[in-house]
Parts: sequence; C-alpha cells; structure tokens
Amino acid sequence: MDLIWEGLRKALELLLTLDPEVLRITLLSLKVSGIATLLSVLLGLGIAVLVALNEFPGKRLAIALANTGMGLPPVVVGLFVTVFLWRNGPLGFLGLLYTPAAIILAQAVIATPIIAGLGIAALQHLPPGLRLQILALGATRTQMVWLLLKEARLPLLAAVMAGFGGVISEVGASIMVGGNLKGSTRVLTTATVMETSRGNFDVAFALSFILLVLAFSVNALLTHLQQRSRPR
Amino acid sequence: MNLSTWLRGSLAVALFLGSALLSAAAPPSLPDVILATTTSTQDSGLLDELIPRFEQQTGYRVKTIAVGSGQAMAMGKRGEADVLLVHSPEAEQTLVAEGSGINRRIVMHNDFVLVGPPSDPAGIVKHTAVESFQCIAAAKSLFLSRGDNSGTHAQELRLWKAAGVAFERQAWYQQTGQGMGQTLAIVAEKKAYTLSDRGTFLALQKKLGLAVLHEGDPSLRNVYHVIEVNPARFPKVNAAGARAFADFMVSKPVQAWVKEFGISLYGSPLFFPDAEVPK
Repeated sequence: MDLIWEGLRKALELLLTLDPEVLRITLLSLKVSGIATLLSVLLGLGIAVLVALNEFPGKRLAIALANTGMGLPPVVVGLFVTVFLWRNGPLGFLGLLYTPAAIILAQAVIATPIIAGLGIAALQHLPPGLRLQILALGATRTQMVWLLLKEARLPLLAAVMAGFGGVISEVGASIMVGGNLKGSTRVLTTATVMETSRGNFDVAFALSFILLVLAFSVNALLTHLQQRSRPR
Repeated sequence: MNLSTWLRGSLAVALFLGSALLSAAAPPSLPDVILATTTSTQDSGLLDELIPRFEQQTGYRVKTIAVGSGQAMAMGKRGEADVLLVHSPEAEQTLVAEGSGINRRIVMHNDFVLVGPPSDPAGIVKHTAVESFQCIAAAKSLFLSRGDNSGTHAQELRLWKAAGVAFERQAWYQQTGQGMGQTLAIVAEKKAYTLSDRGTFLALQKKLGLAVLHEGDPSLRNVYHVIEVNPARFPKVNAAGARAFADFMVSKPVQAWVKEFGISLYGSPLFFPDAEVPK
C-alpha cells in the first residue's frame, strides 16, 4: 500500500517539477494514441457506414469479423506489424519500425475494428424508417449519411472513447513496434513496464497515475461533447 | 532591409551552421544503428549511460531493442539488427559459424548467482553450483526459470544438464517467460530459487529480500560479447554503424568506465571489462 502513496507523491512531484522526460513521454502517448484514434475514426466510421447502410451477401460475416476485431490482442497486432515493417519485410522500404509512426500504425489497426464494430451497432440501432424519411425530404445520399451519423452521435462518441481507451492503455504492440526507445518511442505504458522490471515501483506507479489522469482528461472532454449535444 | 544586410545576415547564419556542423562529428550517411541486446544491460542502467556518449562521439543514433539473448540473436539471424550485445556463448558461436554474425569480440563479464530465500529451505549453501541444483531438486523447492531462451535461461539449462536431474514438468519447476527483473520480483514473492545475473540482482537487491546463496563457481561466469551482423549476407545492415558501436564497446575509455560503473550506487561493480586492448 505504501508503494501506491509513494507513487502518487512521485507522480505529483514529476508533474509539478515538469520533469522533461516524463513530459515528453506523456505528450508522445497523447500524440500517438490521438492520431491513431483519429485515423481509426475515419476508417472505422467509413467501414461502419458501408456495412450498416448497405445490404450485401456476407454482411453478417463482415459484422462478425468487425466484432471479433474488437478483441484483437495488441501483441498479435504488434507481431504482425513488426514482421511487415522489418527492413527485409514487405513494407521494410518505408523504414518505419521503431518510430512513433509504427506505433500509430499498430494502434490504428487495434482501434479501427473497435470503432467499426460499435459504429455498425450504433447505426443499425437507428429507427429503420429514418433513412427513408430523410431521403423522402429530398436529401442527397451524403446528406443522409451525415444526418444518420449526427443522429447516432451518442453511441458513436462512445465508440471513439472505447477506441481511444483501447490504444492509450495497450503496451504489447507499442513495445514491439516502437522498441521503447528513450526520447523517441517511449510512451507511458512501455515506460511503466520498463520501470517495473527495473524495480522502480514508485516511478512505475507515478507513470500509471499520469496515464490514468491523461485518459480521464481525454474522456472527460469527449463525454462533455457527447452530453452537450445530447438530443433532447 | 536592403540586399547587403540580407547577404551579411545569411552569411553569418551559414558560418554559424557550418561551424556547428564541423564541431560535431560529421553525421554518418546511415545514422540509425539497431542494437539488439539483453534485458540485463538495460535494466542495470549500463546502456542508459553509454549510449548517449556513443551518439555524441559519432553522430549515430542507436535504437536499443532490449530483449532476451534468444530474441536478440534471432533478430541478428534475420538481418533485423545491426549489432548484438549478448551473453549466450554457445548460441553465439552457432550464429557466427552459420555466417550471420561476424567479428565476435569479448566485452565484459559478470557472473550468475543462485539466489533464494535467506532461510535456504533446500540447504544449498556450501555446495557447488551443480550440487545446489541437485539439492533443490531433491528438496522439491520451488525454482523459477526465466524460460525465455535468454542467456540466463541457457546457462540455467546447462546447469540442470550437468546436475543430471529431471526438472521438466516437475511441479516445483516453473517458468516465468519474463525478463530478469520481473522474474526476480516473482521469486521474491514466492520465496523461490532462481539463477540471476549479478548485475540485475544487485540493482534490485534492496527491494527483494532475497539472498545470494551461491556464487563464485567458475561455471557461473557470464560473458558478454559484441557481434556485428554480417553485411555480406544482409545488405540492408548498417555495417559502418555496427562496427563503430562494437569498436566503441571494446575501446579503452569505455572499458575503463565499465570497471567503475555501479560502484557508487551498489557498492560493487556490475560488470568487469574483458576486451583485449588493441595493440
């Protein structure tokens, strides 16, 4: 127990003294997971719209695949992305392995199915007559999709939060494709693992608290957006 | 702003940049060097101090991938690393013999220690390393193995083999599959025995409540070599960077520094330099 208090004290100390290394790690976590979530929103919502609003053979299979993808283990994603990015691998010419871009890529692969799966459910949950109504009022297809997304914004923002939560907290993929390089690809989760294995439990706890505060701040912001625009 | 002040300004900037570039080492054409190494070199803090020096001296950027010796050598075998700093002599010789690694040079050593609860339920104190393993097996005391193909794991397997006891699939023999630091934490929690490199143990000692029960046996020597990945086999390897790092590790100043590393923090050195001084 005393370790937890010690960690809390250490977290405050690191934050108040603006420890440059901790600041860099925290900002990198936010940046990497933020960009990855953004990419996943674009991709995942695209997939959700395509799957939810179209009838095609294999639709149920597609939904089942997206739902399975929500549970993709980060280490599995990390392993695949690593092998693809190896310099002798198919994407090796990009030179991305052990860079923040590689982490963004892996995290986007993790978050996209989460946002797609929850997005499909959100859109399918809308009243079936709504689409016809919108189209009957003379809306174009793009306007119709936009209105449907707006109508489902509550569960869709929940999907975005789930996606962000999935990637800011994962460590398996980040450590494999990023390498936990000091000053370059060290993020909060990989630093926590390293400090734990070094026996620096106080620092590990401190980083954990910072991670929790960061996750809370982002989610508080998203929740604010979600609740403010709640349909009355 | 007229033309002449603009010219003078840009000349000053150019001169400043030029002198800044000259004072630093000329930047190498391939700046990134991937170093695959063991967790012990990172967890002990050795690389945290050495890598920035190397980067400053040479202009290379080192990407340190700290994994077990097994994975480090697997990366070398595929040409996915440029240089290795590892401690699994038999596997290293195979790597060099099959042509993936070149220029294997000795850097330093420390030793393995058998650690366990201070009460020593299996009574291994005063025995040789091999006898200690036999005692643990006979007493069926819990032994935690790294089980991750690391250099430490390889050394442990050699000792079991020498002890000639069955250990696989025994209830008292468990594998953590994790690095040394994490394994030691589990060992402390479960009051078990394990084989550890001295560096990591010393670095964590205060938090563990474990004791060194056996040390000093010649069979417990833990030798680190630096190996360059063969650029003839893997054209994408940064051969110049790998050579520069290997040369740095065996250089006189670094060897002298290794000798002192850890004394102020842990009261004794964590590694002992071994490189043959070039004539």
